[in-house]
Amino acid sequence: MTVLWILIAAMLGVAALLELIRLVHGPSILDRAVALDVLLVSALTGLGAYAAYHRDPTILPTLLVLALLGFVGSVSIAKFVARRSEEHTDTQAGGTGSAEGPPVEEGKAP
Amino acid sequence: MSEQLVAVLDWIAILCLLFGAALCLLAGIGLIRFPDLLARMHTAAKPQVLGLLLVLVGIGIRMIPVETSVFNIGTLFLVGLFQVVTIPVAGHIAARVAYRTGRIRSDLLVKDELAERLRASGRNPSQENPQR
Repeated sequence: MTVLWILIAAMLGVAALLELIRLVHGPSILDRAVALDVLLVSALTGLGAYAAYHRDPTILPTLLVLALLGFVGSVSIAKFVARRSEEHTDTQAGGTGSAEGPPVEEGKAP
Repeated sequence: MSEQLVAVLDWIAILCLLFGAALCLLAGIGLIRFPDLLARMHTAAKPQVLGLLLVLVGIGIRMIPVETSVFNIGTLFLVGLFQVVTIPVAGHIAARVAYRTGRIRSDLLVKDELAERLRASGRNPSQENPQR
């Protein structure tokens, strides 16, 4: 049975390493958000394995906090990306609307 | 509680934990190997729901011989409930933002029903913001 506990720990370690690789060079920020979510779930599983191994219920509220934290984190990253790309397209549309003037003069032009 | 029953419960619990950890490992491999964001979200959702629920069941079974207070079972239940409720919402928001800002690879999609509907309603599909 000890072999199985070591196997669980090793699998979680390798999983966290692979997710860290995706976190470091994910192409877009949303890939990083997804990788961060899965990393958080690996941490949850690891804490759960610790609690189960020692039969120790004191860290169970930590699982609750981490589960809620993952939701808030990924939603706020997604909203941040959406808002930033909206501002980006607004400035882009203004730039193409006026022929080659900077966007500062574009307000006075009409 | 008899010795044999505790052994059987421990084996069930450790199999649940082992399967949950294997799902985490599979999600890590999938995050490395899959080509775009939607495929990565597909593989990322497996440990987030099934894996975590299995781990919570494993913890609960493992706790049975020593500690059966309502508080611990309630905490485990709440963790599972919050995860099941929040993961679809977060996944939906992330996928929607990725689609609207053109971060998904449309050449890998077999069928794009949202683009058809957007085109039918007269809005520019998928490339509303062509730049990343």
